[in-house]
Amino acid sequence: MDALFLQVLNGLDKGGAYALIALGLTLVFGTLGVVNFAHGALFMFGAFCAVSLERIFSTSYVTISETEKDFLGNPLKVDVPYIQEWFGSGTANFLQDYSVPLSILLAIVVMGFVGVVMERGLIKHFYKRPHADQILVTFGLAIVLAEIVRHYYGANPIPQQAPEIVAGAANVGNWFGLGDNVVYPWWRLVYFVFSLIVIGAVFAFLQFTTFGMVVRAGMQDRETVGLLGINIEKRFTIVFALAAIVAGVAGAMYTPIYPPDYNLGMEFLVLSFVVVVVGGMGSLGGAVLAGFLLGILQSFASMNEVKSILPALDQVIIYLVAVIILLTLPRGLLGRQGVMED
Amino acid sequence: MSDRNDLTRRRVIKSGAVAAAGAAATPYFFSRAFADGHGYRNAPKGDTVTLGFNVPQTGAYADEGADELRAYELAVEHLNGEGDGGMLNTFSSKALKGNGVLGKKVDFVTGDTQTKSDAARASAKRMIENDGAIMITGGSSSGVAIAVQGLCQEAGVIFMAGLTHSNDTTGKDKRANGFRHFFNTEMTGAALAPVLKNAFGSDRNAYHLTADYTWGWSQEGSIQKYTEELGWNTTAAVRTPLGAGDFSSFITPVLDSGADVLVLNHYGKDMVNSLTQAVQFGLRDKQVNGKDFQIVVPLFSRLMAQGAGESIKGIYGSTNWNWSLKDEGSQAFVKSFGTKYGFPPSQAAHTCYSQVLLYADAAERAGTFMPSELGKSLEGFEFDGLGNGPVLYRAEDHQCFKDVLVVQGAQNPQSKFDLLEVVEVTPRSQVEYAPELLGGELGPYNNG
Amino acid sequence: MTSSWKDWALLIGFSAVILCLPILLEPIGANYPDLLQKIAIFGLFAIGFNILFGLTGYLSFGHAAFIGIGSYMAMWSYKLLTMNVLPAIIFSTAIAGLLAFAIGYVSLRRSGIYFSILTLAFAQMMYNLAYSVLTPLTNGETGLQTRAIRSDPNQSLLDGDIRVIDQAFGVEEIGVPTTNFFGMAMSGYTGFYFCAVILILGFFIAQRITHSNFGMMLKAIKSNQNRLNYTGINTRPYLITAFVISGMYAGLAGGLMTATDPIAGAERMQWTASGEVVLMTILGGVGTLVGPVLGAGLIKYAEQKVSSWNEGIIADFFSFLPDGLRDFMAEISSLFVGEGWHMTLGLMFMIIVIFLPGGLMEGFRRLSVLFRRPKNRETMKSATIPSTKPGESIAPRAAE
Repeated sequence: MDALFLQVLNGLDKGGAYALIALGLTLVFGTLGVVNFAHGALFMFGAFCAVSLERIFSTSYVTISETEKDFLGNPLKVDVPYIQEWFGSGTANFLQDYSVPLSILLAIVVMGFVGVVMERGLIKHFYKRPHADQILVTFGLAIVLAEIVRHYYGANPIPQQAPEIVAGAANVGNWFGLGDNVVYPWWRLVYFVFSLIVIGAVFAFLQFTTFGMVVRAGMQDRETVGLLGINIEKRFTIVFALAAIVAGVAGAMYTPIYPPDYNLGMEFLVLSFVVVVVGGMGSLGGAVLAGFLLGILQSFASMNEVKSILPALDQVIIYLVAVIILLTLPRGLLGRQGVMED
Repeated sequence: MSDRNDLTRRRVIKSGAVAAAGAAATPYFFSRAFADGHGYRNAPKGDTVTLGFNVPQTGAYADEGADELRAYELAVEHLNGEGDGGMLNTFSSKALKGNGVLGKKVDFVTGDTQTKSDAARASAKRMIENDGAIMITGGSSSGVAIAVQGLCQEAGVIFMAGLTHSNDTTGKDKRANGFRHFFNTEMTGAALAPVLKNAFGSDRNAYHLTADYTWGWSQEGSIQKYTEELGWNTTAAVRTPLGAGDFSSFITPVLDSGADVLVLNHYGKDMVNSLTQAVQFGLRDKQVNGKDFQIVVPLFSRLMAQGAGESIKGIYGSTNWNWSLKDEGSQAFVKSFGTKYGFPPSQAAHTCYSQVLLYADAAERAGTFMPSELGKSLEGFEFDGLGNGPVLYRAEDHQCFKDVLVVQGAQNPQSKFDLLEVVEVTPRSQVEYAPELLGGELGPYNNG
Repeated sequence: MTSSWKDWALLIGFSAVILCLPILLEPIGANYPDLLQKIAIFGLFAIGFNILFGLTGYLSFGHAAFIGIGSYMAMWSYKLLTMNVLPAIIFSTAIAGLLAFAIGYVSLRRSGIYFSILTLAFAQMMYNLAYSVLTPLTNGETGLQTRAIRSDPNQSLLDGDIRVIDQAFGVEEIGVPTTNFFGMAMSGYTGFYFCAVILILGFFIAQRITHSNFGMMLKAIKSNQNRLNYTGINTRPYLITAFVISGMYAGLAGGLMTATDPIAGAERMQWTASGEVVLMTILGGVGTLVGPVLGAGLIKYAEQKVSSWNEGIIADFFSFLPDGLRDFMAEISSLFVGEGWHMTLGLMFMIIVIFLPGGLMEGFRRLSVLFRRPKNRETMKSATIPSTKPGESIAPRAAE
């Protein structure tokens, strides 16, 4: 019982990340008709927004220590962060402690900018090109983005700390009367709640604003919306930027769970496509549903009890589910007919 | 429809002429690959000798590969008499004079293994077939090392393994043309288990999370064998998919299992992720069976451990070498590496540097680069001054035997490089085993 | 539809170029056996892939599975039967065909991206299993390798071979033997010419298929499958046949990989390997016969040679420049070559797709148009590739 409960939590947490990535991917696909293989790279870029902010906060000037020595026996160089110099050590410590959540702000600005540039500079020229071309050009872009990050940050993962206040694990068991052995890291709970908020915000935005209405209409029938004289181009740009922002903040917040490296995008790329397709291409609800579903199933498949019956099920579960769903539900969980079948 | 890829007649005639020329030239190509008068592959012509450095330049181990490459360049400098000479000055064998090897200047070519067997073999082949490399060295994974070792055996060149920790490299997959300086999981088990017993007691229940591939299994087997000899129980050994990323669903069952030690048989990114996440799940704050819960990472890499940040503090593991060692050789190496690049070398850099020196020295002592002769001068070779105390290159399996470092994540790091603290230097005699233990057969040398 | 002299000219021209590669590639330093073998093998793989993707438009993301199964089959043939490559490549082609039938039969129930994801899922499952639980068959991470004849019948077949046919003929082995084709060693240039001849055969077959009635049907499926369905034609058997043929090409390529280099590892089946053949095909030119081979050559060249241009080589290259400028140039180029070769690959994809949607073949076509006299205009017209009809596949279409 406890074990099952924890695996559900694990699944929700993983599912939150899958859903956030898949959401942007399917949004771009549904409105713009573009298969964006660089979407994983946007997630990775977001993660490096967090890394960058932490670097900015610890950018230092150097003083030479009189007493201490470095590894070669030369006088030790001591780094003093500029923010400590400017704002005093109290504020500096606060900023450094909260650099990951604060990086959401940076990610929104940076990813919005990256999204607009990417859409205006590249993606918009590919609306009418075959999917194969879209895949290739965005895949090329994903490699280039990853290599740029590698050039500046190296190939090793870079650890990020969650704020002190949510370090360690919460005694979830006590809340539900399940005993002491049911603990769960605070930051993962934060991430789960965060993913729900972002998903809710995106849905509310599309549901309750005029802008969202047009976008949804465009997802149903783009040509008619175009005929109505609505400037669809500008909206496309905004939608793409929105998708980039969602991927970016998802990446930034994920860093304490998973130390990011330049290859992070590629790792999530295949998985997020499977999620989108299982959910149904172009279906927002489907992406979220599939994200959580696959997350939970993956967690269950990793349980020792399951693996003792079906060895290596955890290795293939995601793909197995994808195959079964696509063969029984031709367009995924919530997909519409005709999408992406040419 | 049918003439989409048409050619004009003139072009056809032209390419026909080229074809004829090609046909005439073919025998030349057939014969060239093995043609040389010295009786072994890629015998150096002229006054240079070319070594092939095959390291991961892309993928998860790219930084480790970059560090290996730095060490190689340093070694080449020292062999050619440039720089401060590094460990050449402390090396017990004095055959090398800093004037190249056998009077020839050392040159090198590089390749990207991508940490994939196919890519590693392809790039090794390029260096052998196209660039005339006479020796291949490098790598940071056992799968790759074994694959490239097999290739070098077929091609008839020497392979000096880089970072490879699996027993198989000099066990059941050993080859006459292959040599390993790095230690293996058997030695890790033998060295680590007594230290763990002293630190945590002999009444412990261990839970293994193991990367689901050959190295992981090798490591899991060795740790189980040696800890169980000292009285530990193994509660469970669970396999995790390579590159799982999120290990939470493997970590949560640990809480309930009654185990009080978690052994992470992961390397590289898997280690970074599983360790970070295990610490986040509060495992180290727990009390089980009235004892503090402990985590062990049997194979540490300082370079990769940086990715785990704070999480590695106090964690026990083993390593082939660490820059904080105080012996003369290590100091000389750290000094010349640190002066050139501005930071201390990793264990991967150390093993690669040593391998090049050992190869060059063996060539010098044998008086030839011919693999069979050169190999024999490495077999049973005893040396000192390369940072691990007295070392033996055992003839039976081409494996180096030396002291093993048991380390712990530093509690109060003095600098960002100061991640590991040496807890104990386990003497060589304690980690030695009979060559038959791991099976396999060297077979005959191949000179190409 | 009749096979015109132009087809024969193309075939002869292609054969001549392939057989002369060792000379033609000398100026760019690519004339060594391993790279030449890889170009021929991946060229064959891409040609086969193009029969599916280029003709029918069905984009498979799982073709690496067939390379993998082909490699493993061939390895087991070396281990159990004989080091002769002939049975090995026959087995690898046949088994890959069977597997392709099974996967194709299921996956082709769907089209578009759903088909792509189904093929991807099958290949990834095979990759993950080969790496872990199927290790007794695949030898996992280390890869399946040939061994000396085992002396002890209790020894695992992974660590000792039996080679019953070779043993029956009394072949004497010293150490681990190498692959051969009736006594001809398959390493070095002989290996390349063996692969080259098979590549040419594969090219010839692909050419026949493209111009046959069957090929016409496949192209019709690409341009409008619904119309075909409405006229009462069941397209599925055609699609499955095309899938099986391209799977067999991939299996053959996998067999050849082990013929020239006897090892089979699981990473051959990873999605990146499936993606690589897609990139090769698109880079060279989808739907063309020569394009995929060209793309394969280019990518393998980048992987092998561009990755080897380290700092020393760059510095030598720019040594004619004054110091400051040389360092600057070396710094810039290090982003793109050596360890930065992925960057070059990524940029190459982007530039080619942006400016040459039909791949390199379209580039050549445009160039040849520039230099061609007007009276040849008819050939030009018929030279437009069918794959890039702008506007044809605007993505999300309502139900057709």
